Amino acid sequence: MESRGLYGEIKANRRRSWFLAAGIGLLLALLGATLGAVWGDPLTGLVTAWAVAVVFLTITWYGGAQMTLAASDARPADPERDRVLINIVDEMSLASGLPRPDIFVIDDTAPNAFATGRDPQHAAIAVTRGLYQKLDRDELQGVIAHELSHIRNHDIRYTTLVAVSVGAIALLADLALRHMWWGGGPRRARNTGAGAIMVVVALLVAILAPISARLLQAAVSRRRETLADLSGAEMTRYPEALARALEKIAGDPEVLEVANRATAPLYIVDPIKEFEKRARGLLRTHPPTEERVARLRSLVLPDRRPGPS
Amino acid sequence: MLGYGLGLLGLLFIGFIVVVAGWVILTYNGLVTLRNQLENAWSQIDVQLKRRYDLIPNLVEAVKDYMEYEQDVLTKVTEARAQAVSAQGPAEQAQADNMLTRALRSLFAVVENYPELKANENVLKLQEELTSTENRISFSRQFYNDTVMRFNTRLQTFPTNVIAGMLGFAAREFFETGNDAEREPVKVDLR
Repeated sequence: MESRGLYGEIKANRRRSWFLAAGIGLLLALLGATLGAVWGDPLTGLVTAWAVAVVFLTITWYGGAQMTLAASDARPADPERDRVLINIVDEMSLASGLPRPDIFVIDDTAPNAFATGRDPQHAAIAVTRGLYQKLDRDELQGVIAHELSHIRNHDIRYTTLVAVSVGAIALLADLALRHMWWGGGPRRARNTGAGAIMVVVALLVAILAPISARLLQAAVSRRRETLADLSGAEMTRYPEALARALEKIAGDPEVLEVANRATAPLYIVDPIKEFEKRARGLLRTHPPTEERVARLRSLVLPDRRPGPS
Repeated sequence: MLGYGLGLLGLLFIGFIVVVAGWVILTYNGLVTLRNQLENAWSQIDVQLKRRYDLIPNLVEAVKDYMEYEQDVLTKVTEARAQAVSAQGPAEQAQADNMLTRALRSLFAVVENYPELKANENVLKLQEELTSTENRISFSRQFYNDTVMRFNTRLQTFPTNVIAGMLGFAAREFFETGNDAEREPVKVDLR
């Protein structure tokens, strides 16, 4: 991949992120307005939905990275024991021109890694102990380069914010469904024909909104993973090592205990493996590993890296 | 009528000037940012080279008692380091650094023959640090070259090329080691 093409891709990515944000905002508005209409006032519903989202997003903006790290049982890397890891992150920071992110280690034998944070100045990388035991230095470099690409491309911000928005939509829809199920709410509305139609529409929206939000999220996430693979390979000039690392991580039988539905999209390889097997296409947050490996192996990179003189 | 027409033309003209001035300012600032990134990337290379010079005496110290019969290898490393430290000008510097890399490579090769050294915690640590430093040197040069390419592309493409020269920006040269055999980073694998 030629460097300018990559920068172009990053720009296109930024455009897609705006579409994604707009799409999520619209979904929220639709959900809020419909539910509001059933219970009285669409505008109140819309404003409530947006307010919930804004509160969630603000909390995430300032505390999201810490929450993600804490939920994953990550502890700061030890300068003595995790020396090689720290060195590799330093090397890749130089290769990418980014400030060195905070480095965390997760005590788990399943190999995997993720990046989180707000922007390149407030970023963190977490790596499992298994990753670091099972991969060689070159492969580890590939993985770290992939994660740093997520940081450079501002993926960390969008992935976290989108995950939270999708969560907010799911929460609102869930509340509404429960409320309707238990017969609370629009007694008055139910007695009129138009009211009944509104209830059906609201039900449909409450069911479809979270699904659409997840589809949007998955589509954007897949593109970002692919882009991070490519720009990671450009950083190390050694796509084969990242390809090997992906194969090793995906082929490892161990299960990452600390990963859950919310944090899974962050990892370099989807840690929820049963899901990966069942999910067909659209709901995947990662492209199939074989596809990623094949793409990396087909790359021809310009060797512009002068060796140590 | 006439006054109105002139007013419209005048407005258009002022708008045009504002747009052009805004474009020049944005272009200038963008180029300055890139040029600063270049300077920063260049100074990173020096930082890493210095890190290597600082590590070498420790390594020599750690291995010299074990390597009584390999004094010439150690002497070569020490000499190459001294030359690299005192080198004047980029060409001499590059040559001295090449020599140092070769000397280190043969030192690491010799270490392979000494089981006590391969098991020595301190030596292992120093080897990791030197491996990492070699990587850092080549990655910071790579980043420098990547940045040079972005900078030059920006300077040479339309419309920036129209004013870049007037604003005092000139294309930079890539960093070349001038030695293709040295393109691969030093490999140290003690496992």
